[in-house]
Amino acid sequence: MTLMTYREAVRRAIRKAMQADERVFLMGEDVGRYGGCYAVSQGLLEEFGPERIRDTPLSESAFTGAGIGAALGGIRPIVELMTCNFSLLSLDQIMNNAATIRHMSGGQFTVPVVIRMATGGGRQLAAQHSHSLEGWYAHIPGIRVLAPATVEDAAGMLGPALEDPDPVLIFENALLYNDTDDVEDLVEVDIDHGAIRREGADISLITYGGSLGKTLSAADALAAQGISAEVLDLRVLRPLDEAAILATVAKTRRCVIIDEGWRSGSLAAEIMARIIEGAFWTLDAPLSRVCSEEVPVPYARHLEEAALPSTDKIVIAALAVLGR
Amino acid sequence: MSDPAIKVRLTRKHCRTLLHQMLRVRRFEEKCAELYTQEKIRGFLHLYIGEEAVATGVMQALGPEDAVVATYREHGHALLKGVSAEAIMAEMYGKQEGCSRGRGGSMHLFDAETRFYGGNAIVAGGLPIAVGLALADKLSGRKRVTACFFGEGAAAEGEFHESLNLAALWRLPVLFVCENNLYAMGTALDLSESETDIAAKAACYRMGAKTVDGMDVVAVEVAARRAVASLHETGAPQFLECRTYRFRAHSMYDPQLYRAKEEVEQWKERGPIRRFQEWALASGELHPEDVQEIEEEVAREVAEAVAFAEAGTFEPAEHLLQHVGAERRT
Ligand SMILES: Cc1ncc(C[n+]2csc(CCOP(=O)(O)OP(=O)(O)O)c2C)c(N)n1
Ligand SMILES: [Mg+2]
Repeated sequence: MTLMTYREAVRRAIRKAMQADERVFLMGEDVGRYGGCYAVSQGLLEEFGPERIRDTPLSESAFTGAGIGAALGGIRPIVELMTCNFSLLSLDQIMNNAATIRHMSGGQFTVPVVIRMATGGGRQLAAQHSHSLEGWYAHIPGIRVLAPATVEDAAGMLGPALEDPDPVLIFENALLYNDTDDVEDLVEVDIDHGAIRREGADISLITYGGSLGKTLSAADALAAQGISAEVLDLRVLRPLDEAAILATVAKTRRCVIIDEGWRSGSLAAEIMARIIEGAFWTLDAPLSRVCSEEVPVPYARHLEEAALPSTDKIVIAALAVLGR
Repeated sequence: MSDPAIKVRLTRKHCRTLLHQMLRVRRFEEKCAELYTQEKIRGFLHLYIGEEAVATGVMQALGPEDAVVATYREHGHALLKGVSAEAIMAEMYGKQEGCSRGRGGSMHLFDAETRFYGGNAIVAGGLPIAVGLALADKLSGRKRVTACFFGEGAAAEGEFHESLNLAALWRLPVLFVCENNLYAMGTALDLSESETDIAAKAACYRMGAKTVDGMDVVAVEVAARRAVASLHETGAPQFLECRTYRFRAHSMYDPQLYRAKEEVEQWKERGPIRRFQEWALASGELHPEDVQEIEEEVAREVAEAVAFAEAGTFEPAEHLLQHVGAERRT
């Protein structure tokens, strides 16, 4: 076991993958000389050289497309998009190429590319730098979408993601990079299932990524009021672990979904729909959700806080579902 | 087609203006850096320190009717376009008296009155907007200029090329100003571009394109005046690449692993303010008392801006959902 930050966990995972397979390389804006915009890749340039830790120009569409092409060509690129905010410039490549080529080629070609990006708000970076777009990406058939919420998942998801023959998008909530935890050195985790992060009996709180911490705090606060909340961390946003969702709801019969995306058309909406389809008769109360308010994320701290999910909002929503 | 006859008359008054404007930006931003460490300002804070001659020179060629589109490194552009230091500072404090009501912060300063169309925090995101503003002017028969500032990093983005092409193809009155400070965050220009001559790229789109020493405020002013004159005459876009340098970190925290300290020091020796001030004093255009007066005036302006921001108020959180659309349908 080693104590490490989420940032170090991702760095170790990249290093491990690059040591194990020389086809693996990292490319993106400022991953090399600058050390990565969140310092994830610091030191890797010295270790692996500029061919494999490849700085790119500001050309998100072009280098994401190049990553897709390189994957088609038999190597294993890890593309780093600084943040999901800029991934919008690569959306065409991700949606129209990465996600479709296997299908369009009748299964002849696969695109084993891994695309990592930071996501989320909460740092007073205002409307263009605070998006949570993982729910959007989870809409697209043909890709896998991961949201590591723990240091262990940050360390362990990249390996299996690189082994996946299809495109994998990894969303790293930027607020998590400094989180620390003890992790097995060679940890590998599965990238198919959600994980119960806290067992409970009275209500299920379903969440992922940057909202996990707030949700666990909310569960603590609820416990102080004698309420036992179960917390399901989805981990994998596409394909959704529907069985885990239905299982926790079947157990507690009540549910709040916490999702930093905007409410309308959110991943939370999809989860609610699945529960309605698959567990309607087991419910004891209407479902509820805590999402971001429908406003571009504002700069001022108090307004930003009002816009994003918070521990308080989760507690209030849970109490309402419990009729308290 | 810029008119080489255009010169700048360096009267004492004009020298004062140039120094004053550059110092306003410098001292304002030095204050911002201080306030950032005190956590009065949050989020990202990208300082323009070292590059002041570019916006100062270009702004001399623009009038109040002209529009400006800028990047996240835009405090100076906003100040120089006429947005008050108070409104800018209040914005960075997140106060509702700020020029964007506290919703934008450092990277998203906006001001309709002075036609300041923002700080844009998506690299190259402002170029298409500038093209559109100019298109609107052209279609409405208005003779105004839209000046669009961006870093050399933007030249790698598709939007740069698409926007230059459109502006040239449709003959739109955009003054493209590339602030080439040699780095896009930590990526040096020659590690990012096969052709590092940005003006040459612009020329490919068949627009007038010049390169100018962006550390020389007078040279920038002359080049900008010529470009704007030609723009007015032909209606077609112009491109100005200003070679400059950022003295500080990309944003507030950046260990600057990608460049040598000596390189920064060398550029500082050519600093735009130092250089112009030394020249103006040596040539007798300005006296030490002038400089002192200017410094005092600037210090007053900055102090007032801070006081204004401190006294400002936070918008009630119940207003959160305002300013999302004209009418809220729930
Ligand atoms: C589309 C996009 N990609 C990446 C970023 C992250 N980023 C912010 S500033 C910057 C460097 C831009 O350099 P340049 O255009 O030269 O402007 P400078 O900061 O030097 O003024 C980068 C990569 C961004 N804001 N937008
Ligand atoms: Mg630059």
